Amino acid sequence: MNTSSLQQSVWVSICGIDDIPRLGSRVVHHQGHAPIAVFRASDDHVFALVDRCPHQGGPLSAGLVHGHAVTCPLHSWTVCLEDGQAQAPDVGCVRKVDVKVEAGRIFLGLPGGS
Amino acid sequence: MKKMKLVVVGNGMAGIRTIEELLKLDTSLYDITVFGSEPHPNYNRILLSPVLTGEQTLEDIILNGRSWYEEHGITLHMNSTVTRINRARKEVMTDDGKTARYDRLLLATGSKPFMLPVPGTDLDGVVTFRDIGDVNRMIEAAGRLKRAVVIGGGLLGLEAANGLAMRGMQVSVVHLGASLLDRQLDGAAAALLQGSLHERGLEFLLERQTEAILGNGQGAVRGIRFRDGGELETDLVVMAVGIRPNTDLADAAGIHTDRGVVVNDTLQTYDPSIYAVGECVSHRGMAYGLVAPLFEQAKVAANHLALHGIGRYGGSTTSTKLKVTGIDVFSAGEFMGGADTEAITLADPVGGVYKKLVIRDDRLIGACLYGDTVDGAWYFRLIREAKSIGELRENLMFGESSIGDTGHSGENSIAGMPDTTEICGCNGVCKGTIVKAIREKGLFTVDEVKKHTKAASSCGSCTGLVEQILINCIGGAADIKPKSEKAICACADYTHGELRKAIREQHLTSIPETMRFLEWRSPDGCATCRPALNYYLMSTWPGEARDDTQSRLINERAHANIQKDGTYSVVPRMWGGVTSPSELRRIADVADKYHVPMVKVTGGQRIDLLGIRKEDLPAVWKDLDMPSGHAYGKSLRTVKTCVGKEFCRFGTQDSTGMGIALEKDLVGMWSPHKVKLAVSGCPRNCAESGIKDIGIIAVDSGWELYVGGNGGIKTEVAQFFVKVQTHDDVLEYAGAFLQLYREEAFYLERTCHYLSRVGLEHAKARVVDDAANRAELYARLRFAISFEKDPWAERVEQASARREFENLTA
Repeated sequence: MNTSSLQQSVWVSICGIDDIPRLGSRVVHHQGHAPIAVFRASDDHVFALVDRCPHQGGPLSAGLVHGHAVTCPLHSWTVCLEDGQAQAPDVGCVRKVDVKVEAGRIFLGLPGGS
Repeated sequence: MKKMKLVVVGNGMAGIRTIEELLKLDTSLYDITVFGSEPHPNYNRILLSPVLTGEQTLEDIILNGRSWYEEHGITLHMNSTVTRINRARKEVMTDDGKTARYDRLLLATGSKPFMLPVPGTDLDGVVTFRDIGDVNRMIEAAGRLKRAVVIGGGLLGLEAANGLAMRGMQVSVVHLGASLLDRQLDGAAAALLQGSLHERGLEFLLERQTEAILGNGQGAVRGIRFRDGGELETDLVVMAVGIRPNTDLADAAGIHTDRGVVVNDTLQTYDPSIYAVGECVSHRGMAYGLVAPLFEQAKVAANHLALHGIGRYGGSTTSTKLKVTGIDVFSAGEFMGGADTEAITLADPVGGVYKKLVIRDDRLIGACLYGDTVDGAWYFRLIREAKSIGELRENLMFGESSIGDTGHSGENSIAGMPDTTEICGCNGVCKGTIVKAIREKGLFTVDEVKKHTKAASSCGSCTGLVEQILINCIGGAADIKPKSEKAICACADYTHGELRKAIREQHLTSIPETMRFLEWRSPDGCATCRPALNYYLMSTWPGEARDDTQSRLINERAHANIQKDGTYSVVPRMWGGVTSPSELRRIADVADKYHVPMVKVTGGQRIDLLGIRKEDLPAVWKDLDMPSGHAYGKSLRTVKTCVGKEFCRFGTQDSTGMGIALEKDLVGMWSPHKVKLAVSGCPRNCAESGIKDIGIIAVDSGWELYVGGNGGIKTEVAQFFVKVQTHDDVLEYAGAFLQLYREEAFYLERTCHYLSRVGLEHAKARVVDDAANRAELYARLRFAISFEKDPWAERVEQASARREFENLTA
């Protein structure tokens, strides 16, 4: 098992890449933690962010994905999927979660021990 | 690949705006070098007046600081004047010995103040009013000297005079014409203006021609002499008699000029490698000295520099505003009028208000306002839209507020509002916040204000107020356009109308195909253009274009309404507002089983279950066993009904039955925006048919149809459309009207906005007067709806369609 940049975190398989439609997302529940939104861009890059818009906590997983960004369904803030930063002129940031794709499966880097 | 070199001559608003537009299209095409004569980065030249009066500072009006140039990798040479273009070698040379090669050259040399050809203009104490240097000279002089003469009673002259007076000088304005601002105001408004400026201490000498500026023998000014022999003593002379396009460089390089560098509709000069924008340009014989046209030119020039090759500049309608605090003057279009025009005027000399509206062929073509300029933005929009003012005419003079508008408590006068007044009720944005953003960030459009402040970004009812604030802050530079003229979003250069046309004519049937064909700039568009494209494709090619779920916003993807906490609301369909004990029992059971926090009766005569978790939606739908109410969609919502003649003693027809038939006929219909209907059994109108997209009122002899009503943001009373006899007629006329709307309206345009754009007469001609066309429209609607299934049942039955709602666990 690989370890991510965060110490003591482990790669957890969550689903196959085709379980997420292109330009779509899925929500991952992980006991004791905030829900995580996993996105698949049109170029098949996969990203994961905590599912909370930095503006008023809207579910980013319900947003519209375009390029490497998602637009929040509540007030149309656009958040960069690569680093979780809100696009100017809005200011804010949501935590990103480590993610990798291997042999068609998506893995999240989650705190170990659960 | 080696980048091409773009050299920009002129570091002013036109040149830099062109670069900004270019960078939006392509950041990697060019190495960009900018030469500017002034020792400053790009600043907002139209705000020089407030700097002169002391209301703002140079820092306040900087549009692009040095860091902007660095961030974008642009080489900036300030204090460096280009003196020669070698077109054979494609090189420019400067006064400080620099040379730069170019593949494309952009001339944005602006204009020069015109100096009267009289003796004495070289004396110390003769200044112009054009740049920061001039302003600094005037501020310095005002601290040292007592008397000033401003030659020229135009916008620039009066702003200079006002500024110097505010800095304590005794100022006289000398003007050749018989009235002030003779290019912006008619005589009556000019007289009012002169009166109020006189009260502020300015003196005026009209119809005086300056013959010489007199020296004191030591090289400084002591006065001026007029043609009639009279003299006026002064310490400072401000020459503000006009500007001339600065074509020196182009002339020397042999580029064709004619009172401006001559350009075609793509802003290209007679040398194909050289483009020109801004005040130095002569386009179709016009040279513009205002900012708004520059921005339109910048967009087009950037489009061609980026090798897109589709933009075209067709000239501008302009508006102007005098930037003297406390004096409101606004004019736009052909406000002088002529032999073939009529004018509506309102004059209140004591109250200091004068308004003149000029009309030709039932269209507003010009406006001149003094004292009360609140409706300037609205008039300017009407002039640009060039629509028939027919029904507006009798209320035109009383402004936009007189034609019915709600949502901002009748508050309309922007100028008089304190900074704390709330403008955008949705997002809680005050006037002061908007003004500050416009000034500090250099905003020119409503879209920019939306982005920076969130004002007008939700329901949009305050857009008119934001436009007024823009005009108040930056005058004619405000870039105000109706939706029909604006590009859909930043991803593409096409308007909604052009998109619809391309999709139809090129038979485009998918989003990727459309984006490729129309050269979209972003890989998958954005949250603005994708839902619109999806609708246009689906409505143009039903059965052929595939609905792209990922291009629908969440409500239409989840088939429920997202709430602020991320839960959803569920509204099952109740045909015509009629329900039954067993339906009510199922609803009650669902509410219990899923712990629904609120059950509410809606305005559309149905029941709303609020606070449902997304993952529970399919199970809720299954247990309800009722069809979707589409309460979440840009689609048919409800048909509201009254009980009609079956029960009501006043009812003339079976309105409930009619409503149910209509709802069943139209269910599943996607549309540009939501569509609401109502059927009332008599003119008492208990179903509120007067404020629906289609309102039907039963009378003894048949059914009356009303269209374009709206009870939302802007209350609009539906207009009479047609009276028909039979039940089937109602279905056909209503369906045909909705199909016309589906085919012609822009995405997110309600029927009332669509009708105000195309005119009720247009809809009547296509639907009421033309029976064959009506039948075709109705047939096309039936065909489109034939592909629709109940979305809830679909998701209950098919596991693959449920995936959207299922969470993963880790």
